[in-house]
Amino acid sequence: MIKTGVYTFLVCALMGVAAYAAFYVAPTEATMGLVQRIFYLHVPSGMTSLLAFLISFVGSVSYILTRKPKWDWVAVSSAEVGIAFCTVVLLTGPIWAKPAWGVWWAWDARLTATLVLWLLYVAFLILRTMMEDTDRRALVSAFFGIFAFLDVPLVYGSIWWWRTQHPQPVIFSSGALDPTMRRVFNLCWLSATCLMALLIRQRYELEESREELRALEQELEAR
Amino acid sequence: MGLLSNTAVLLQKEIQAEYRSHELLTTATVFILIVIVLFSFTFDPTSAESRQFGPGLLWLAFLFSASLMLQPCFLKERANDTLSALRLAVSDPFAIFLAKLCANTIFLIVTELLLLFVFAVFYNVGVLPVFPQLVLVFFLGSLGIATTGTALSAISSQARMREVLLPLLLMPLLVPVLIPSTEATKALLEKDHALRWDWLGILIAFDVVFLTALWLFGEYLLEE
Repeated sequence: MIKTGVYTFLVCALMGVAAYAAFYVAPTEATMGLVQRIFYLHVPSGMTSLLAFLISFVGSVSYILTRKPKWDWVAVSSAEVGIAFCTVVLLTGPIWAKPAWGVWWAWDARLTATLVLWLLYVAFLILRTMMEDTDRRALVSAFFGIFAFLDVPLVYGSIWWWRTQHPQPVIFSSGALDPTMRRVFNLCWLSATCLMALLIRQRYELEESREELRALEQELEAR
Repeated sequence: MGLLSNTAVLLQKEIQAEYRSHELLTTATVFILIVIVLFSFTFDPTSAESRQFGPGLLWLAFLFSASLMLQPCFLKERANDTLSALRLAVSDPFAIFLAKLCANTIFLIVTELLLLFVFAVFYNVGVLPVFPQLVLVFFLGSLGIATTGTALSAISSQARMREVLLPLLLMPLLVPVLIPSTEATKALLEKDHALRWDWLGILIAFDVVFLTALWLFGEYLLEE
């Protein structure tokens, strides 16, 4: 309990520092101006959500191979946290796109692929709510989790291929990132990853408690 | 009995069942027909426009009808608990999947080809010069739909709200089938009738990835 409290405090502090750095330390970008600062939230969230989905995939494969419930908990916890970060990406993207591109949504390859990714994992969570038996649910959702993750590169590939056939808005001109920007960015990335680890851990413990409760209830019924 | 002979027997069973009932093919064909007719009310189906939008509409209709067709795939085995019998009968559980997905691919292609001609007539698109190439695109696309659809039908047959669940799980997963199939069909129907191997490559990759995944993990779905 104390350990969780300390860890939560540390993550909050880190996020505070990262937010301060993103607003006050990082230099203002020359062409895009202030609105570019949303990248310090947007890009780390995107990378973190992909990492969370990767962890979910590992959990799914491990569950199928070992049948240990803890792997199912890992899979569902990280999928949920992944969706949360993915939602942040999908919300902050249009906020930046409106002033930069002039539209909220551009059907750009990465944007569209992220939306499909989000839909896939929402379907994963809905599937879980449709099954009562925990072992069955774990097995079936692990299977779908594997399918969803395998689909990701194909979704990115096909949409990228499809959209690059059309004229595209120019987002970045190539060039090296300013060293201060790079440092602030890394700090933001670190804080997002720590937040992800914290959330997955909390969610995992919730699943553990649920299982404990279920076992106790069963024991009570048996008496 | 090996995997292939098992599959052949089960495939024969699937086709015979469909041959006797005609349930799947009739409903799916009529369904796509309705969709194609309804589409024509949403925009002006002139020749130039239909070449642009037609393939997309066609593949969307295929996708929706596939999600209808794949629904009963495992559900019908639950009615008399014939799935347990199937599991006992075969040496490799993958044969059950393989037979079902082959049958589904065949059913899908048959409906698609039937509707292709209706589409050609309704929207004034010439399909005969590129017919063999279209069959190739339809085969690769249908194989992808059938592979993922058969697996997800095994999943959804075990859940509540299964009728709604299957399209929900299947549609986002099939984005990498919808885009290449549509684009490849579109390229074939355009003036130069180009067969786009880059799109076919994505379809082949999809088929290979999901067939392998089904082969590796599919048997776990059939456990009691």
